[in-house]
Amino acid sequence: MRFRARVEVQLRPGIADPEGATIERALPALGFDGVAHVRAGRSFSFEVDAPDEGAARTTATQLADRLLANPVIEQSRLELEAI
Amino acid sequence: MAPRIGVVVFPGSNCEHDVIQGVEAVGAEGVLLWHGDTRLDGVDAVVLPGGFAHGDYLRPGALARFSPVMDAVGDFARAGGPVVGICNGFQVLTEAGLLPGALQKNGRLRFLCQPARLVVASTSSVLTCEATVGDELVIPINHFSGNYTCDAATLERLRAEDRIVLRYADDENPNGSVDAIAGIANEAGNVVGLMPHPERASSTLLGSEDGLVLLRSLVSSAAVSAAA
Repeated sequence: MRFRARVEVQLRPGIADPEGATIERALPALGFDGVAHVRAGRSFSFEVDAPDEGAARTTATQLADRLLANPVIEQSRLELEAI
Repeated sequence: MAPRIGVVVFPGSNCEHDVIQGVEAVGAEGVLLWHGDTRLDGVDAVVLPGGFAHGDYLRPGALARFSPVMDAVGDFARAGGPVVGICNGFQVLTEAGLLPGALQKNGRLRFLCQPARLVVASTSSVLTCEATVGDELVIPINHFSGNYTCDAATLERLRAEDRIVLRYADDENPNGSVDAIAGIANEAGNVVGLMPHPERASSTLLGSEDGLVLLRSLVSSAAVSAAA
């Protein structure tokens, strides 16, 4: 089976996010009011061949934790769909 | 015989020749090592130089950590060999797990290229063994991701074990690092990472000779390692 994985990487809560903060500071000047807690992140997508969803999830999670995110400061979230 | 200091060249490294010139100015022989090699050519110390290893794609150091040479660097470090990561090299060492913590984007998102005033905080490392605690050194920094970050427990350990080797001087913390950290060492003091570039402060022609005490420390540590 083939699965499409989407991994979203963000800084952990509590780790300062200068990019998110800078975006947030720019919002009022653009007329966006009432927007708060902006966090910047990155998104990756890839396809995995695996016998079942569990195996695909294991591969994608390991890939995210070993390479795509630095667990010291970042966390990742995985979405998986069969294609 | 002069101690041999290997300087690893990753695709995108750009300070390797400066480091070679710096260590040769204080009596070592500099040797370029290629990141794709799996051996260290019998060197007595290893430097991971500044630059943009693998284009800094993903995160600085994230891909360099998987370069073939890094297994040998890890073995050399675990055997007690002196290993120093300068700037991008520091980022590689944290990504490789040879030093704790991580280097985040600078606070205020500014690329910094300026002389930094530093204070030697510990002499229990291969890079500061010939300095004196409290020495003030002016050494250039040149980075976008030099904001040292770690959790509270790690910071407590670094302090308790005297592993913070360099701090930015009192009134400066240009990148927002935790505890104004500019450089740290591992538990044994043989692996050191720092954001400032001592090789760029190794001659009065460059505006400062303050980096020489660090380079001399590394060369004498390499000599000790060679004799062992």
